[in-house]
Amino acid sequence: MTGMKMKNKTLKSNLITYGIVVAAFVVVQILLQTGSLSSLMKGLLIPLCVYVVLAISLNLVVGISGELSLGHAGFMCVGAFASAFFSKCTEASITVGPLRFCLAILTGAVFAGIFGILIGIPVLRLRGDYLAIVTLAFGEIIKNVMNIFYIGVDSNGFHFSTKDQFSLGMEADGKIIINGPQGITGTPKDSTFLIGVILILITLFIVLNLINSRDGRAIMSIRDNRIAAESIGINITKYKLMAFTVSAALAGAAGALYSHNLATLQASKFNFNTSILVLVFVVLGGIGNIRGSVIAAVVLTALPEMLRGLSDYRMLIYAIVLIVMMLFNWAPKALEWRERYFGRFFKKNAKEGE
Amino acid sequence: MSFLSYLINGISLGSVYAIIALGYTMVYGIAKMLNFAHGDVIMVGGYAAFTLMMTYSTNPLIAVLGAIVICTVLGITIERVAYRPLRGAASPLAVLITAIGVSYFLQNAVLLIFGSNPKSFQSVVGVPDLKLAGGALMITGETIVTIISCIVIMTVLTLFINKTKPGQAMLAVSEDKGAAQLMGININGTIALTFAIGSGLAAVAGVLLCSAYPSLTPYTGAMPGIKAFVAAVFGGIGSIPGAMVGGILLGVIEILGKAYISSQLADAIVFAVLIVVLLVKPTGLFGKMVQEKV
Amino acid sequence: MKKFSKVISAVTAAAMIAGSMSMMASAEDTFKIGGIGPMTGAASVYGMAVMNAAQIAVDEINEAGGVNGFQLEFNPQDDEHDAEKSVNAYNTLKDWGMQMLLGTVTSAPCIAVSAEAANDNMFLLTPSGSAVDCITAGDNLFRVCFADPDQGTASAKYIGENGLAEKVAAIYDSSDVYSSGIYATFKAEAENQPFEIVAESAFTADSKTDFSAQIQAAKDAGAELVYMPFYYNEASIVFTQAASMDYSPLWFGVDGMDGILSVEGFDTSLAEGVMLLTPFSADAEDDLTKNFVAKYQEQFGEIPNQFAADAYDGIYIMKAALEQCGATPDMDASAISDAMKAAMTEITVDGLTGAGMTWNAEGEPTKSPKAVVIENGAYKGM
Repeated sequence: MTGMKMKNKTLKSNLITYGIVVAAFVVVQILLQTGSLSSLMKGLLIPLCVYVVLAISLNLVVGISGELSLGHAGFMCVGAFASAFFSKCTEASITVGPLRFCLAILTGAVFAGIFGILIGIPVLRLRGDYLAIVTLAFGEIIKNVMNIFYIGVDSNGFHFSTKDQFSLGMEADGKIIINGPQGITGTPKDSTFLIGVILILITLFIVLNLINSRDGRAIMSIRDNRIAAESIGINITKYKLMAFTVSAALAGAAGALYSHNLATLQASKFNFNTSILVLVFVVLGGIGNIRGSVIAAVVLTALPEMLRGLSDYRMLIYAIVLIVMMLFNWAPKALEWRERYFGRFFKKNAKEGE
Repeated sequence: MSFLSYLINGISLGSVYAIIALGYTMVYGIAKMLNFAHGDVIMVGGYAAFTLMMTYSTNPLIAVLGAIVICTVLGITIERVAYRPLRGAASPLAVLITAIGVSYFLQNAVLLIFGSNPKSFQSVVGVPDLKLAGGALMITGETIVTIISCIVIMTVLTLFINKTKPGQAMLAVSEDKGAAQLMGININGTIALTFAIGSGLAAVAGVLLCSAYPSLTPYTGAMPGIKAFVAAVFGGIGSIPGAMVGGILLGVIEILGKAYISSQLADAIVFAVLIVVLLVKPTGLFGKMVQEKV
Repeated sequence: MKKFSKVISAVTAAAMIAGSMSMMASAEDTFKIGGIGPMTGAASVYGMAVMNAAQIAVDEINEAGGVNGFQLEFNPQDDEHDAEKSVNAYNTLKDWGMQMLLGTVTSAPCIAVSAEAANDNMFLLTPSGSAVDCITAGDNLFRVCFADPDQGTASAKYIGENGLAEKVAAIYDSSDVYSSGIYATFKAEAENQPFEIVAESAFTADSKTDFSAQIQAAKDAGAELVYMPFYYNEASIVFTQAASMDYSPLWFGVDGMDGILSVEGFDTSLAEGVMLLTPFSADAEDDLTKNFVAKYQEQFGEIPNQFAADAYDGIYIMKAALEQCGATPDMDASAISDAMKAAMTEITVDGLTGAGMTWNAEGEPTKSPKAVVIENGAYKGM
């Protein structure tokens, strides 16, 4: 009886999450049709999708699996480069943009997923802050190694070097695809808001279903009590690796969306700061709260753009807003205060959101 | 011979990482939080000393003392305003993110006050360079002072924690906050003291960092801060001798990696070694293994 | 958490809808020039220089009666040296009603923005985006500075033709588009020159605190000249460390080295004898430079660097092109762009960074770099 009720509740909550995304999409479409959307907002639509997917995928590791990962940008980097490379190579042979882009996203996700497995196996043996620092280390290694890749293509096929563009030894008709620190330029601009929203919905579908499945409950039981979970026969490595890999693959898909939105792609973008930024979305939105991640990613990505009017003080104010939001959202005193003054208005909502 | 010079250069760089890592590991050990703003407190220390010396042309020693005072006050303020309200929050990650907010705040506040042009820092170190083997090998005065400061700070900190009442209170708080409170220890005061000491150390580190590598911008502290964090983990986070050893090892690996393997991949090499060390010894070189209870 | 999320999402949704309404360009009697560059973050020193100098040029022109009888309006936007933020800044400026763009300052974001600008047919003049790809996306993209390959090739030729050294070492930033771009072409040209690269070592944005390993490598290889295609901020550390290691080769820099003498607190004697190829030097004796440096110092308390000079010229180049084609502010951005891109190939501009600058249809400037050497804490032409 209670189980049934719980199930209905989760279903309802999940439907609300999907509903918010679809409603946002519809509102934006209406605004686009009536031409009342500013260029800034139009330009922000795809980045918003990228960060929402990233935040959801990181929440799977941090919130559901309970491991602090500081190298999420590394997986995004793998996905971005793999997919952009794919698109550059197949630009001539696959002319249908959306089809090529779907394949590119898949390529990005698969490559990032493979990296997720390879990195997950050693990383998940560690715990707590040590695990966090090793994910940071892997993220930085991916970025550094990506920085010295030179890949070109000419009539004789692919050329590869880790030194510089001249060591590729290409024919005159050769074209450099990945040019070391300059990365990839001229990736076809295939990302669209529609594909971005579809990617968010797919991500939500995968993550929410995983959470509410048998596997998801196993993952959460490891988070809540590792020893107890182990003693009832849950294979810790397998489940942790599952969450880690799914998260990496989704980050790779987000990377693909990112790289097909800009004419330039550099490994230096995927640094520690980007990993941290995504972590900020997850923590601000509520650890383990998928809907919160979506909202926090949207708010914090749009906020610095909305603050442009403040000119010089923009990033200072952003920092202050971030600190205040964190205090307001997490401090025990603030929670108490909110309960006292706003508890009445939100009681119903609070219950249903649980 | 060139290997020896590389080694000495590595130790010089490592000693700077070590002195930053000491502050990191101290705060982590007691307050159990990764203070990502530590690198930026170092930067503030650098600017404080720079301003005192350039604008008020005070004696370097007074400038350093001034920087220590400013950073200590800053550290206590940050702890009071941004970190203390989050004590007892549902997740330890909350305070980590707030620390990142503080880091952004410090960088941007300094950017507004001092502008983005780099400042070149006149070394505060009066010790002459040490020349060995007929001038072929050289240890700079900055390195000597940094290493000596490191050892002195390490010793004093260890003695302070083990031999004095406030130090013992810190240990108690780090072991078990609840029990410490029951024993009549002022938890908030003890943690504030930890931040005061950690930030004072940051000022010293800032001055030494800028003396050895004289370029000061609002972002100077960020990368050495992260490297020092890595060093602290290397040595076993929370362990004071570990921070020093971790820092020096990190510097040596970075320089030797640059010299003999690949200058482009120096960071990747550092991180790869870190990963290997942690896989072999999951709590760092000097870390304590905490037994999990059922 | 959840309650708060709701409040905040409602508030933001409202704010975003309000913010998303297209803002109409209000005044039609001014030319609206947008500026994009890093004004926060580690690269902010370059972006701030550009924005400050552009503002000086705009004020000067407005005081002198404007362009074609119309005033200029300049709107600087921050991009944090990030391609994605740069596109956001570009879109913000479009909403503001920008008619031409001075930017972006750094290469990587410039490539992203130039693709957008080419798409919209927005006139773009980058003061300092030196990567080749910054202006290849369309015919409405131009630049003030040299392209990276020009600088690399010119430096190698200069060193070779003047017989400055036989053994050359190079240190460069392998994580930076500008630095690695110049170095790649330097190395290619070096094969044709009578010197040999005996040591090359890189550093990255994450490990630019210490340069001892790179200096040691150059010293061990017996290099007589060290080529340093990177910015003065890092160079100031290299000079200090090299001095403490008793190594004093010839130092050879590129335009990013300009500014080294104005680093506050820097011991300029360490930079004694440093050579650099730069189109601008702040101590030049001509009236244009003197006037500009004096104004910049008065307003911002610093000596302007290469970036500032490029930006100052950039605004005057726009003025020359606008006058040439006789554009008026009531034209839309695309029409202005069409007129200006034709005018760009017809004008000749005397600026801080070169006399008689002209542009080809690809957007590349023609001007000659000056080699200067630092003597007694000041530049001297060679």
